[in-house]
Amino acid sequence: MNAIKAQINHMEVEVQEGTTILDAAKKVGFTIPTLCHHADLKPQGSCGICVVEVEGFPAMKRACMTEMVNGWKIHTNSARVRAVRKTLLELILSNHEMDCPICIKNNACELQRLAATLGMTTLKYPQNFQKKKIDNTSVAIVRNPNKCILCGRCVQVCTEIQTVNALALSMRGFNTVITDAFDAGLGNSVCVNCGQCIVYCPVGALYEKSCVDKVWEVINDPGKHVVVQEAPAVRATLGEEFGMEPGSLVSGKMHATLRRMRFDAVFDTNFAADLTILEEGTEIVDRVKNGGKLPVITSCSPGWIKFMETFYPHLSEYVSTAKSPQQMFGALSKTYYSEIKGIPPEKIVSVSVMPCTAKKFECNRPEMNSSRYQDVDYVLTTREIARMMKEAGIDLKEMPDEPADDPMGEYSGAATIFGVTGGVMEAALRSAYFLITGKELEDLDILPVRGMEGVKEAEIDVNGLKLKVAVAHGLGNARKILDKVSTQLKNEGKSEYHIIEIMACPGGCVGGGGQPWGSNMARRARRGETLLKEDKSLPYRRSHENPSIKAIYEKYLEQPNSKKAHHLLHTHYYKRSKVDGKVILDT
Amino acid sequence: MYRDAILKKFDPRLDNILFILHELQDNNPQHYLANADIEKCADYLNIPYSYVHGVVTFYSMFSLKPRGRYIIRLCDSPPCHLMGSESLLDYLKKKLKVDVGKTTADGVFTLEITSCLGICGVAPALMMNEEMIGNLTPERVDTVLEERRQTS
Repeated sequence: MNAIKAQINHMEVEVQEGTTILDAAKKVGFTIPTLCHHADLKPQGSCGICVVEVEGFPAMKRACMTEMVNGWKIHTNSARVRAVRKTLLELILSNHEMDCPICIKNNACELQRLAATLGMTTLKYPQNFQKKKIDNTSVAIVRNPNKCILCGRCVQVCTEIQTVNALALSMRGFNTVITDAFDAGLGNSVCVNCGQCIVYCPVGALYEKSCVDKVWEVINDPGKHVVVQEAPAVRATLGEEFGMEPGSLVSGKMHATLRRMRFDAVFDTNFAADLTILEEGTEIVDRVKNGGKLPVITSCSPGWIKFMETFYPHLSEYVSTAKSPQQMFGALSKTYYSEIKGIPPEKIVSVSVMPCTAKKFECNRPEMNSSRYQDVDYVLTTREIARMMKEAGIDLKEMPDEPADDPMGEYSGAATIFGVTGGVMEAALRSAYFLITGKELEDLDILPVRGMEGVKEAEIDVNGLKLKVAVAHGLGNARKILDKVSTQLKNEGKSEYHIIEIMACPGGCVGGGGQPWGSNMARRARRGETLLKEDKSLPYRRSHENPSIKAIYEKYLEQPNSKKAHHLLHTHYYKRSKVDGKVILDT
Repeated sequence: MYRDAILKKFDPRLDNILFILHELQDNNPQHYLANADIEKCADYLNIPYSYVHGVVTFYSMFSLKPRGRYIIRLCDSPPCHLMGSESLLDYLKKKLKVDVGKTTADGVFTLEITSCLGICGVAPALMMNEEMIGNLTPERVDTVLEERRQTS
């Protein structure tokens, strides 16, 4: 690598070949403002805000996508640069619905922040946009094109990282708009509801379909018994919404806050995650020992499930039939809990707090009614529950640590790591080892499946039996492993893998589409480490050791994969159309 | 089935996308790209439906709405304008009882406007599907429309 010597704002700078002007400027202390740029994505240069002057070139260059050249003299803060930047921003604002105080993104909007950074106080151009229709067709994701600044991040994420290709740029000029194929709305498209478009949107053009009002309504209804569960990954991110450092663990504070919001029972999805391990683990062991279909592919991520049903339906019989923890919990809240408490199931409202937008789709799937009622009534994202907590006037930071309620609140370390890529695999292996050998796995930290690498593979020795496992997060990475498995199955009739974990979102649930604004890969990694730390701190670290899990099998479910367990805790899959994402019924 | 025959004429390469889409549109009885056309093209080229939809909406020569058997494209460029295309447009709108971009109730004609057709010598002019017709007067328009109606 050659070193490049140049000048930025009269300061000498020396960088590696291939460094962009943006990064080089940062090195000598100048932050060039950006808008469409994102650390996780390839620069596109669609907004032009990062323009700089290079002596000898009449046209300005975009700092995010121009590499440094020897001898260049660059100016990032000349009068001309400042004027052009402001004009560009004014043009964007003239075509943007500026209702900031009532916008979902208020105080978290990158456009708002940029206007403040550039010191905008007046606007030269009048507001000039035609109101476009808001896409409300999806149960999970709302798209408001009036807020959209056409930076293209959502399209980039949907095509390059997730490879779902639900979104694309349509039309041209002033009419340019981001739509799904056939412009039928996200609810009638291949969209898998992962919500990564929301996570990467710099403005308020994409957000979850909110259940906040409905949940307040049932909390205030004395005739309803409202139970709440919180997903593993929420405890590693909720603090961010209250100004805590990314990666702050708030399990106890979260339970305390929910209790003060007057939920009638505060349980924990982690309990159901332990249950998932017993159900899924038993299925894995059965399939490995008795020559069943291999590999077993995990089924916790509803974005992945819809993706599989749409693009890989031939693999559906390899996917574990175990429901996701959310849905297991929902079914049990209106059966097991209802019975032992003597509360009729029709009075119980089951609310879940999820890092995920796809969970909203999952709970609305018509087959998710094993309790004879809709098993989970409302799904709130991490962002929505934070809004409710703030509305209730409770500062999570100041809350004491409180445990969740019995009998569905106790959890093991294996459950809490469900929220990070590799966690379900690690938790499953800890229990599978026991189920296969009858002995406990000594070293519980299964390092090869940890970390933020897109596809991770490992071979685990279970008392002489070599289990080949793979972990993928982000649907683009999932495709890599699934294509390999598909080819192996086609050509050799079997695959080299025994167990595969797939999470729709990069980083796993800590990077979910319902998580606090401002996700990037570095932040996802920090949130994940938090969960791994909580795992180490807990008294039980294997799902099968959780006393509440032992109790529910003794009192209610008999044993993993029993008839009752199968009815309440397992599901089946469909084939879906690549055109509109709807179920194709086999005839 | 006719769609498969069209696809077979082209290599499944991305740079053929516009040729394929044009041919699919021309052979669709309603002169537009139906969802089935987009799906066929995308599957053949192994690209997402959303991508093909993006391409189709970018170019003004593609339509996602069904159109008439005959597409009238009246030239709107300055020479035709000077020679009276504006009043001809009013005449056509009244005669066909449609606005620009719309199709007659019987599904025979769609009225569109276009920029220069390159036959300014015979302005005002229009294009009727692939055919150029110049030296237009209201009477000539009547005759042309009547002929087409007869044959459709």
